[in-house]
Amino acid sequence: MNILRQNLLSFCVFLLATASVGNLYAAGGAYNPYIEPVNIEPQDKESLQNGAKLFVNNCMGCHSLKYMRYERMGDDLGIPESVMKSSLMFTTDKIGDQMRIAMSEDLGSKWFGVTPPDLTLEARLRGADWLYSYLINFYPDQSRPFGVNNRVFADVGMPHVLESMQASMTEAEFKNEMRDLTNFLAYTADPVKLERESLGRYVLLFLAILFIPAYFLNKEYWKDVH
Amino acid sequence: MQKSKGLMSWVDDRFPATKMWEDHLAKYYAPKNLNFFYFFGVLSLLVLVNQIVTGIWLTMSYEPSGDGAFDSIEYIMRDVEYGWLLRYLHSTGASAFFVVVYLHMFRAMLYGSYQKPRELVWIFGMTIYVVLMGEAFFGYLLPWGQMSYWGAQVIISLVGAIPWIGEDLMQWVRGDYLISGITLNRFFSLHVIALPLVIVALVALHIIALHEVGSNNPDGVDIKAKVDEKGKPLDGIPFHPYYTVHDIMGVVVFLFIFLSVVFFFPDGGGYFLEKPNFEPANPLKTPEHIAPVWYFTPYYSILRAVPDKFLGVVFMGLAIAILFVLPWLDRNPVRSMRYRSWVSKSALTIFVISFIILGYLGAKAPTDGRTLVARICTVYYFAFFFLMPFYTSREKNKPVPERVRMSH
Repeated sequence: MNILRQNLLSFCVFLLATASVGNLYAAGGAYNPYIEPVNIEPQDKESLQNGAKLFVNNCMGCHSLKYMRYERMGDDLGIPESVMKSSLMFTTDKIGDQMRIAMSEDLGSKWFGVTPPDLTLEARLRGADWLYSYLINFYPDQSRPFGVNNRVFADVGMPHVLESMQASMTEAEFKNEMRDLTNFLAYTADPVKLERESLGRYVLLFLAILFIPAYFLNKEYWKDVH
Repeated sequence: MQKSKGLMSWVDDRFPATKMWEDHLAKYYAPKNLNFFYFFGVLSLLVLVNQIVTGIWLTMSYEPSGDGAFDSIEYIMRDVEYGWLLRYLHSTGASAFFVVVYLHMFRAMLYGSYQKPRELVWIFGMTIYVVLMGEAFFGYLLPWGQMSYWGAQVIISLVGAIPWIGEDLMQWVRGDYLISGITLNRFFSLHVIALPLVIVALVALHIIALHEVGSNNPDGVDIKAKVDEKGKPLDGIPFHPYYTVHDIMGVVVFLFIFLSVVFFFPDGGGYFLEKPNFEPANPLKTPEHIAPVWYFTPYYSILRAVPDKFLGVVFMGLAIAILFVLPWLDRNPVRSMRYRSWVSKSALTIFVISFIILGYLGAKAPTDGRTLVARICTVYYFAFFFLMPFYTSREKNKPVPERVRMSH
């Protein structure tokens, strides 16, 4: 009994110490009061499809998704190949192509002061909440070249591309659209997420079941050890 | 049956297959009272195999060049069948390796497993740990993300702190005036060939040395002192089947935890895969905050705690080097913490806490307060070792039992 207690104690010291560090670790990154949670739903195909449409129509003039292939996107988001070709791709693109853009890096840099970054992994680099908050936090600022600034990304080089869209709808509607766009970018950053998690459930279930014979096998062998 | 026996004796006449099976498994007598902490040896081996196997497949699709490295990782993540799984098993495996190795080392300190006659077991183990740190460091550059690049930049620049030859040496290590594709290629070579070979060889030495002297146990009692008429230790049981079935259970539990991370939290909250690494390396853009991966942070903290850069490097090296001589710093004939006084117990407890605090601080940007705490913990870290010969030779131990005790 005494030994058991000592073992448990030493293990608890370890766990406790590790857990407390884990908590402290979770914090970090610069605090910005305008960053709000987006609560995206990666299973919501309609939201993802809308996000894809928004991205191709508004963002893809300058931002590529060079690690994402049209075909994969169509398959994952449930968009038929015919629709992909008619409304989401340029006629010169092939379905297996990566979602690249025509604008060269040099031109982008010349026009905006900095090359508009590829956005495939942006949601994993900055986080979905940051992306969403960035999209809804443009405000007029005449001191900037394009007359706008951003509360989340100060002095950003990007113009407010969705200004007319924002003006044409209510705040709630606009936020909803941006939520879909964020959802889509979270998808492009980690397209395997849903498959990974569903496979993971089976793997963990298998291990949980495997533990039962492993436990009794051990018990059977060890019953004569005292 | 007769035929297989014939085959086995044919082999045994030419290669000691049966002898090795018996020496290391079927007739290797391990103490019967090994507890929870004794899972981490076999788990280290399991993670090593995982790293080697997933590494072989990752190498098939990875491109070690400044232009192609980052893109090839995304190619593996997206276009290679189950490439994402291989990559997450490998990246999570790196962190898991250090988790199990740290727990394995803590076990040795808790039960005095480094003491006579296991000094070489400990030294081989420590060498594995040092080479493993190199392996992890070289591997961390390969994804060619921002943190990969700048993390390597910070660590390589430590070489530059060496007086006189520092600058030239640094250039020699990089193979270029800055970290470039050339540096990446040599790190790749070291990561996939040189160090894995060394690690595998050292693991073999570690296990051979261990099996020569036999495993220690939570009571620190020598089981070979009490044997039956056949010379078999009274408190020993054959490793196979007792500990093989026992370890299967441990492996299943470990895999459950490990694969939960792989499938559901592969980023590890930004500590297994760091956010800045989702942006390709850019030599012209320094990240706001550069921190090493979590398993290096305690030493990074010690480096920063020392006001002088060169001395910082010296103390960082010393922090690791001093572990090698642990068997000679500990003067207490009693191995296990169970039978030592409160002095050793609290010394070890505070040491573990300091190590964890140093680890936490190493991941954070320094402030005056944090630096002060890091300095206090650094002083404690070294005091633990330097004062060990004094407090371990004077403390009042509890009586050690003659035979091991079972905890259930």
